Amino acid sequence: MRKTALNCVYELAKSNPDIFFIGSDLGVDTLKAFKEEMPERFLMEGVSEANVVGMAAGLALEGKTVYVNTIATFLTRRCFEQVVLDLGLHNVKVRLIGNGGGVVYAPLGPTHLAIDDIAIMRAIPNVTIVACADAVEMKKLIVQTVDYPGPMYIRLAKGHDPLVTQEETPFEIGKAIRMKRGDDGLILTTGITLRTALEAIKTLEVQGLDVGIVHVPTIKPLDTDFIRTQIDAVPLVVSVEEHTIMGGLGSAIAELIAESTFEAPKGFKRIGIPDIFPDQYGSQDSLMERCGVSAGAIVAAIWEISKKYVVSSR
Amino acid sequence: MPNQILDYKTKLDARSKYLRSQIIKGLRAGRRGHIGASFSLVEIMRVLYDDILKFDATNPSWSQRDRCILSKGHGCLALYVMLVDKGFIPEEELLKFCQVDGILGGHPEHKVAGVEASTGSLGHGLSIGLGMAINARYEKNGARVFVILGDGESNEGSVWEAAMSAGKNKLENLVVMVDYNKHQSYASTFEVQDLEPFADKWRAFNFAVSEVDGHDVKQLKEALQKPSKEGKPTAIICHTVKGKGVPYAEGNMQWHHKSRISDEDINSLLEEVEKY
Repeated sequence: MRKTALNCVYELAKSNPDIFFIGSDLGVDTLKAFKEEMPERFLMEGVSEANVVGMAAGLALEGKTVYVNTIATFLTRRCFEQVVLDLGLHNVKVRLIGNGGGVVYAPLGPTHLAIDDIAIMRAIPNVTIVACADAVEMKKLIVQTVDYPGPMYIRLAKGHDPLVTQEETPFEIGKAIRMKRGDDGLILTTGITLRTALEAIKTLEVQGLDVGIVHVPTIKPLDTDFIRTQIDAVPLVVSVEEHTIMGGLGSAIAELIAESTFEAPKGFKRIGIPDIFPDQYGSQDSLMERCGVSAGAIVAAIWEISKKYVVSSR
Repeated sequence: MPNQILDYKTKLDARSKYLRSQIIKGLRAGRRGHIGASFSLVEIMRVLYDDILKFDATNPSWSQRDRCILSKGHGCLALYVMLVDKGFIPEEELLKFCQVDGILGGHPEHKVAGVEASTGSLGHGLSIGLGMAINARYEKNGARVFVILGDGESNEGSVWEAAMSAGKNKLENLVVMVDYNKHQSYASTFEVQDLEPFADKWRAFNFAVSEVDGHDVKQLKEALQKPSKEGKPTAIICHTVKGKGVPYAEGNMQWHHKSRISDEDINSLLEEVEKY
């Protein structure tokens, strides 16, 4: 997904002289061709995220579209005020591409886990937040970022993530996508947990429950009207994300449900990383499992809620 | 170059006094403001806008204009009076400083004509200026970028991240001016966070450095008119006096920021400036 995103930026930059790239201290040979062919628009400014984001704002205030790439935690936590003021307040076209959203860097420990990045970014006015499910979707996203107004945070996953969307799957910034219709419940998910949700509904289907999926790549602005309609049609909803349950997709959906009037009350559960610092290394998958973000956890949650809500609403 | 506080006894000419009286108009409107930090800046802003910057007040976004970022945004009144003086904004706005229906607040905002970037939280302006300077070099539009920093602001690590980057990028079109009035909010810079050897720090970050009396219009002009040194950004350390122009406010921490400014205060400030 990362390689796709950066290659796509390079391809766009070749025909658009207003595109700049700024990295902090990325891996050797990252965007080598970009640097060789367009050196004046390729900047590598060191481990200084506050400065990198400020520079990006300066370029964007001059009308440029600036792509900034480094590890997600450093783009969100380290330079939070620069993101708020230099990007958000000025409302400029800077795209923060965060490597390793979620628990991708499980082996590196808690300093590198971007489990609060979405919550952090959601609090900033004008910022758009997108988490793609795979490289196919990422490619569609990056093309649309060139003209999209305002700052944007793009959450990347690990790389070589399984492909779960198709070329023909529609994608538009700001739009949620119905991946499967289902009458018994709805899973709302963002980023790579779409694959976890797809796995869960297979099990649920075998067990006799017909559960739908809405993929929400754009967490902000939330596709409120569409999501509300989808929720209205089912008795129960589960949100799934590779993120703390505080302030991410689950919180956004909870806010939406709390402020909506539905024909019948909804069962609702957030599945995400609990309010803790994860305590193991291992792999992304093992840490997700440890934190309760798994197909099994989704299945269990849906059965648990369905005891009350499916029966009462039918 | 001496660093002692209040070592600069430079007299103020009529224009410097007039600009300070304009700042006092803003203070009267808002009944508050960063007096010391604005008064130490007056000559820096005056020389920039009177003699150095290329701009067109009727077309504030003219692509070839020089960019001026007041990174120490709390000194905004010294910027506002120049923007009024040059016709970017009407004087009526100065008379609504910090008021509910005004556009000029206690820190400059980008939405105001002539304000290049919203500043106020310290340590942001230099990086933004770097981005603008890189763009000007890329576009070959001849624009220069001037960033005015405070001394207290230079406590921020982000200032030095930006300085490192400016040196590495050899931004000859970037000029940093530091309003070195040797005072921050709590006490002197020597007590709170000593910046010395300050000029050497900028040299170590690959800047071409000069030091001037920041209230001496001639010295400021000469430093700013000097061609930039090949491959280096410029830093001008401007030795100034906080509250310059009002003897009882000079170097007096009580006058860093004032709220509930009375009519008596206003009259006294005007009188002191006039007889300075």
